[in-house]
Amino acid sequence: MPQKGYVEISVEVCKGCNLCVIHCPTECLALNTSDTNSYGLHYAYLVDEDKCIACQNCAVICPDAAITVYKKVA
Amino acid sequence: MKKGYELIYKRPKTLLSKRMHYCPGCFHSTVHKMLMEVVEEMDIQEKTIGVCPVGCSVFAYDYLDVDMQEAAHGRAAAVATGIKRMLPDRIVFSYQGDGDLAAIGTAETIHACNRGENFTFIFINNGIYGMTGGQMAPTTLEGQKTTTSPYGRKPDTAGMPIKMAEIVSLFERVAYVERVSCNTPANARKTKRAIRKAFEFQMQGLGTTFIEVASNCPSGWKCTPEESLNWLKEHVFPYFPLGVFKEPAKEKV
Repeated sequence: MPQKGYVEISVEVCKGCNLCVIHCPTECLALNTSDTNSYGLHYAYLVDEDKCIACQNCAVICPDAAITVYKKVA
Repeated sequence: MKKGYELIYKRPKTLLSKRMHYCPGCFHSTVHKMLMEVVEEMDIQEKTIGVCPVGCSVFAYDYLDVDMQEAAHGRAAAVATGIKRMLPDRIVFSYQGDGDLAAIGTAETIHACNRGENFTFIFINNGIYGMTGGQMAPTTLEGQKTTTSPYGRKPDTAGMPIKMAEIVSLFERVAYVERVSCNTPANARKTKRAIRKAFEFQMQGLGTTFIEVASNCPSGWKCTPEESLNWLKEHVFPYFPLGVFKEPAKEKV
């Protein structure tokens, strides 16, 4: 069974480059196209927490180190 | 943190919390992060000295929480040589772009490698002069459009792109040469491993270590970060292949 987890994305640090969204294997991230942070940039957010498998791909690829990953303790 | 969960990945402590000025999707910030993760993991924050170039990463000292020194344009290799010779117990790296290392600073780079100076080059090759507005660089690909080559780079007048990793791997006293990228999470992890290896070889005093990162420049290439990853795969990797070009012999390690 795949592990479970969730991510926290810092809204102000995110620049909306979309790299985390395209590299997420379970498509649980998305870019918020209706809202922006204080720099006027769309930010990524966790859409579906149940899908997150704590693979860290989004956090590794994130250029601005905006993502923190948590894994469910077995 | 929610109850029943444990922290498995966070921003390295050695990367300052200041917001980086790089464009969205730029690999400069990814490499900054990888570099600082290595420094944190190896616990060498107090012993590391970096040399900043001129170019997009000119303000790298604002983000990296290690001792930093700014060098004149292209002269980071010469400055790093001086630092390493005076303080041989420190881990010294120069962080340079292609305009800095492969254009104005070619002489310094080639001679530092020829002397086998015991420090690490981190070379960000994005094939363009990003900071000044996207002009043609020595590493611009054949036929690539830039503001100074609007009809594409022509090899008859501008020559072919310089393959720095291949060139420096020919020097006898260079210990380790690898070209990496950050276009996928797997390649980003390889970048981190390569930097760590380079620092370990440097600590053993094996000679110059050289990491070339095939980088992107969404603003200079006039595309989205996602399209820049496709350009990397389709055009950059066939000409600048990833991989290890030189490694110390096993018995030395």
